[in-house]
Amino acid sequence: MSLKPITPDDAPSSPSPMRPPRASARHVDATYPLWFHLPGGIIFLVLFLVPTVLSFYFAFTRWTLFKATFIGFDNFALFFAEPGLIGSLKNTLVYGFLTSGLKVVLGMLLAVVLSSPIIARGYLRSVTFFPVLVSTVGVGLTFQVLLDPFHGMVNQVLSGITGRDGPGWLTDPNIALLSVVAIDVWKGIGLATLIYIAGIAAIPAEYFEAARVDGANSWQVFRRIILPLSFPATSTVIILSLIGGLRSFDLIWTTTQGGPGFASDVIASVIYKQYQAGFYGLSTAGNVILFIVVTVIVYPLSRWLNSKETVL
Amino acid sequence: MNAMRRSSRWLIGSAGIAFTTVFFLVPFAFIFTMAAKDVNEASMLNFSWPAHFQLLENIVAVFQAHDYMLIIAFINSSILTLASVTLLVLLGSMIAFVLDRRKSRLNPLINTLVLAGLIIPPAVVPTIWVMQSVGIFKTMGGLILIEVAFGLSFTVLTMRAFIASIPREIDEAAIVDGAGPLRLFFQVIFPLLRSVVVTIVVVQSISVFNDFQNPLYFLPGDANATVQLTLFNFQSQYNTSYNLLFTNILVITIPMLVMYILFQRQIVAGMTSGAVKG
Repeated sequence: MSLKPITPDDAPSSPSPMRPPRASARHVDATYPLWFHLPGGIIFLVLFLVPTVLSFYFAFTRWTLFKATFIGFDNFALFFAEPGLIGSLKNTLVYGFLTSGLKVVLGMLLAVVLSSPIIARGYLRSVTFFPVLVSTVGVGLTFQVLLDPFHGMVNQVLSGITGRDGPGWLTDPNIALLSVVAIDVWKGIGLATLIYIAGIAAIPAEYFEAARVDGANSWQVFRRIILPLSFPATSTVIILSLIGGLRSFDLIWTTTQGGPGFASDVIASVIYKQYQAGFYGLSTAGNVILFIVVTVIVYPLSRWLNSKETVL
Repeated sequence: MNAMRRSSRWLIGSAGIAFTTVFFLVPFAFIFTMAAKDVNEASMLNFSWPAHFQLLENIVAVFQAHDYMLIIAFINSSILTLASVTLLVLLGSMIAFVLDRRKSRLNPLINTLVLAGLIIPPAVVPTIWVMQSVGIFKTMGGLILIEVAFGLSFTVLTMRAFIASIPREIDEAAIVDGAGPLRLFFQVIFPLLRSVVVTIVVVQSISVFNDFQNPLYFLPGDANATVQLTLFNFQSQYNTSYNLLFTNILVITIPMLVMYILFQRQIVAGMTSGAVKG
């Protein structure tokens, strides 16, 4: 038996007369101090918010990091006049919408299959998710080898089947961007599938029961129940993959470096190239353009998707 | 009817196994076999079982290359991941806690900023300029803070949703017992956040450990290389040594695979948090 000195923590939990048990406004202030926002907020402010705001000034300058000369819209004029630069804007849109659309369709399809009672379900779910864990650089370099026009496995299999040489997936300017899109979908499909599986699992079982009683076939179950009721998952996949796709840099840089020529350049890779070349003002103008592209597309879209969700 | 259903289960399952094997397992098997080949065999880029299985030799070679650069890089990446994820969990949960519990006039502003942090692509050169002015450009500390700044929004959003499910009566009981705000948060609330903390730790660790773009911009230089950048250096140095390139890919992927096996459930919970609206 040991005797402990009575400290305030050991005091019985009856309300003391000094502290009213009901929280008053002042009490709430003291309990949830606003300075809790400060440590994280300062880091966010200094390293994210301030640079973002500054970019709207530096984009209008010729800039050496030490000296910035205001040159008006010259950087933007150059960006929109140069075919290599303006092409990156188109590629960014193609890349963003294609990856997002493919992930929605294929992710949904895979999730429906992986939600039904089939054999080896856990194994199949794990295998489709593996690529999410590998770094983008690792995936990019692996596919660079797999898609090698002469010795790569993909073309060896293709020419074995068709008897003709396969295309230069990453070296043909007409299909290089599409090849990178395909690799991106390969890497990201596991996440989309996972989100859909969670969305489908959240649909109340009564709907499926009712459909069974009414004698609905599997297509009707998919069309009338799964498709509309997994809408929150769809909107999450669309928004997440659009944000990721429009900003994508790692994969393009490790597979094609924007080439051949400028065929697969996106805004994010232009930003890096201009930064490397020392054109800091132009690079920042690219950043501002990317900011506008992403915000103009994603913000209204997410509001619209949210409003549809609440209707459901 | 029952037999038909059972046979369709087998049919779809087998089709799924065939499909995922070709599309997902073969590339992984390719990485593995390449990593175990010798230089000459690997340079043919074939998908075949290695004639001389020398995975261990390759692993040793990869670690020794470039003056043990991969070991330095593993240390760098571990420090980066550990420090930034710790800060993210700590600072993110503090923000999420007060944001959820206190109706302040600041809340709409903070919510907007959280959203902005999720959507807006960081402005690269202005960030470098700011880091230079503060004196943290090309420092590990600077890169850690960058990862915190860029990962904070996701952390706050995920944590806030979880904290909202913790009843306020717990707070009130602690206050009545005489706990101040720090005691309340760190001794009462924080231990209750265990499951969401694990989720954040796992998801953010994968994203920071696999990050390529931010180290490339904000911490250049061989001495500071993180594991993803060693991959790039290897590619140029071993232009023809594909076996070592793939050994390197294999070696730096293993920590993430281990994490997945250990925390599968939390990864799923974290990555799907937006899909189910409560």
